[in-house]
Amino acid sequence: MAQYDVVIIGGGPGGYNAAIRAGQLGLKVAIVEGRGKLGGTCLNVGCMPSKALLHASELYAAATGPEFAKLGIEVKPKLNLPQMMAQKAESVEALTKGVEFLMKKNKVDYVKGWGRIAGAGKVVVKAEDGSETTLETKNIVIATGSEPTPLPGVTVDNKRIIDSTGALSLPEVPKHLVVVGAGVIGLELGSVWKRLGAEVTVVEYLDRILPGTDTEVANAFQKILVKQGFKFQLGAKVSGATASAKGVKLSFEPVAGGDAQTIEADYVLVAIGRRPYTQGLGLETVGVTRDKRGMIANNHFKTGVDGVWVIGDVTSGPMLAHKAEDEGVACIEMIAGKAGHVNYGIIPGVVYTSPEVATVGQTEDELKAAGVAYKVGKFPFLANSRAKINHETDGFVKILADAKTDRILGAHMVGPNVGDMIAEYCVAMEFGGASEDVARTCHPHPTRSEALRQAAMGVEGWTMQA
Amino acid sequence: MADINTPALGESVTEATVARWTKKVGEAVKKDEILVELETDKVSLEVASPADGVLSAIGAAEGATVVPGTVLGVVTEGATASAAPAAAAPKAAEAPKPAPARAAAPAPAPVAAAPAAAPVSPAPARIAAETGLDLSKVAGTGKDGRVTKGDALAALEARASAPAPAAAPAAPRALHEREERVKMTRLRQTIARRLKEAQNTAAMLTTFNEVDMSAVMALRAQYKDIFEKRHGVKLGFMSFFTKAVVAALKAIPDVNAEIDGTDIVYKNHYDIGVAVGTDKGLVVPVVRDADTLNLAEIEKAIGVLGKKARDGQLSIEDMQGGTFTITNGGIYGSLMSTPILNAPQSGILGMHAIKERAMVVNGKIEIRPMMYLALSYDHRVVDGAGAVTFLVKVKEALEDPQRLLLDL
Repeated sequence: MAQYDVVIIGGGPGGYNAAIRAGQLGLKVAIVEGRGKLGGTCLNVGCMPSKALLHASELYAAATGPEFAKLGIEVKPKLNLPQMMAQKAESVEALTKGVEFLMKKNKVDYVKGWGRIAGAGKVVVKAEDGSETTLETKNIVIATGSEPTPLPGVTVDNKRIIDSTGALSLPEVPKHLVVVGAGVIGLELGSVWKRLGAEVTVVEYLDRILPGTDTEVANAFQKILVKQGFKFQLGAKVSGATASAKGVKLSFEPVAGGDAQTIEADYVLVAIGRRPYTQGLGLETVGVTRDKRGMIANNHFKTGVDGVWVIGDVTSGPMLAHKAEDEGVACIEMIAGKAGHVNYGIIPGVVYTSPEVATVGQTEDELKAAGVAYKVGKFPFLANSRAKINHETDGFVKILADAKTDRILGAHMVGPNVGDMIAEYCVAMEFGGASEDVARTCHPHPTRSEALRQAAMGVEGWTMQA
Repeated sequence: MADINTPALGESVTEATVARWTKKVGEAVKKDEILVELETDKVSLEVASPADGVLSAIGAAEGATVVPGTVLGVVTEGATASAAPAAAAPKAAEAPKPAPARAAAPAPAPVAAAPAAAPVSPAPARIAAETGLDLSKVAGTGKDGRVTKGDALAALEARASAPAPAAAPAAPRALHEREERVKMTRLRQTIARRLKEAQNTAAMLTTFNEVDMSAVMALRAQYKDIFEKRHGVKLGFMSFFTKAVVAALKAIPDVNAEIDGTDIVYKNHYDIGVAVGTDKGLVVPVVRDADTLNLAEIEKAIGVLGKKARDGQLSIEDMQGGTFTITNGGIYGSLMSTPILNAPQSGILGMHAIKERAMVVNGKIEIRPMMYLALSYDHRVVDGAGAVTFLVKVKEALEDPQRLLLDL
């Protein structure tokens, strides 16, 4: 029986980045993963495959829609869905192999099988063939992630009623896809199938899309989606679904009261959120408890039980791969006696649709509620030369800064490529930067990043190009 | 490598100045050996080496301002003095040159102590260029102590709102011959600021009385040997004054109160500050719960605090929370004075020199050892009648110490 410094249960972005950091710091570390592949939800059935389909479908839409013709490229595109899925699988496979290589490079033991805690300092791993191995360790890091939240009355069968995993590998393009839940996952996957030719209707319980996102940005984004052909049923509570071999009848009623409606779809995607995953983890053997929603609370990644730590989706905070990654690094640094730290105020969020939505820091709604005096700078992509050349003029950038100190409090944007560009604001905010700091930083011309600078100028009223 | 960190500085103290390094870079140090002295608003602190080894870098030079957690320097564990400069980082290697420590001290910059060394962000740079603000003197709140735009704006605002004091340092007057310019220590600056604050805040005035010390002196003369033998401490006057003051405070609670906004806070504990002169300045350690102590215990407490004060060993806790202060200008020969309140307290008793003077006692002129007493008080809390009564109570208790015994 090997004696480890750290055993990490879960091979997702939180777990594998924790493992790499542990290896770098000279800790003896093992990572336990039962999926058969490293990378977790993100790499296997989440961020990465969805991005593969988003990219492919975006090009397909450009080719089939008016865009190529406008650019003077005349083609007759034909969808080869199996090939599109195959290239997705190929990319994912390469990425998981890459993570496996990183484990070797950093001397991390990759233990295949489902891990469960069996008392203090013990992790039992059950391999595919049923054999069990016990790992002894000083520290256990729980990084088991999350799974789709089920919707009562709408049972996912992954034939006609699907979850995010199913929506990444549909065998055909639906005629009508109904998405339940207007969050990030629903809108991204809805976009994929919309571009490949499906009619898409989004049914959402709340009266807005992207709850938690800056309202002005969310509203503007919704208008852009409607322009693209999305249909929305907001403030609608789904009451049940009947699936047949050919399709689904989904019924819903207005939350505010009123008559129930039924719509027919050939596929229904349930994307109402995710919940912590702790099944069979043996938490009771060490006395780690969960709250009502199944979440394990943490205080600087400590569960409250000595030697048991927790990071990522399974604990509090936004369920985002990069948040889990940061927590993994900080948690391991603390185990190694260093000063690990995560700045929860500056965790960006991105919706990888076209155009993208990207936000970091506080929203205007939050600042108003907190009574903070702030200034706003805004700039539309319509006035950005590069965006105009590329016919990607939908969206805008909004910067929120403290009225007195000019410190950047939030950056919210919808537009082309904003998911990449927002990193500029993450850095500025991490360093306590002011809008003027960004406004006085040279940006390359002609790029879409200029819109981010012009918006910063707008905070103090000297936007130059609009 | 072990970092030498700035320790917690105590309640309401946010920063300290590096007063003195006892070691140079490259010198061998032992664990727990004092390496650097810090001065705060209230006390001097000593920081010891975290490990055996060699002082391999100084991050905060003498005169630098540091906050808790700031890395003051680095000790390379296990290294030996001669080998260290070669083995340690190149920054350390240049340090052991003869005596450049003071001038060239900021050179090794492995730590975040000096904001000036950090690159300046565009917005603060613009503000500095336009206003002449010296960013190296602005405390940065950004990552690793960087000066943010908000910090620069706040510094500008502070400069604007304090025009008079700002004007003086802005253009220091030329030194004439036979003059010397010395930077005020942090303790001296704090004393200056707090005294002025007390004057600006309180409605302060002083009432006087005099006390015939015959009885106390006689009592002391009679019992001082046996007292010292029994308690191991000399019987001085301070314990009598402390007892007399506590009795008077109980009679006139206003003097033991303080103003907090629009409220008056009455304190049912009697923590008496005793002003002690040291070579660095005046400090006021506190004798706790003086009402529960007997004369010997009071003398012992004052003895311990006084020694700590003279050795610069007082902790912040030793000086916090006094409810009334006694200051004795008499030990320097003062005949009469008007002490300044120790804010937020509402009263301070001034003791003075004992002089033999001709007094009329029962119609005859007698020579008596007399002391003038002064009570400065905050007229916002304490009425004139209360203040005068307080001082009379102190006088009576001292002239007739039996009153203390009988709780009169």
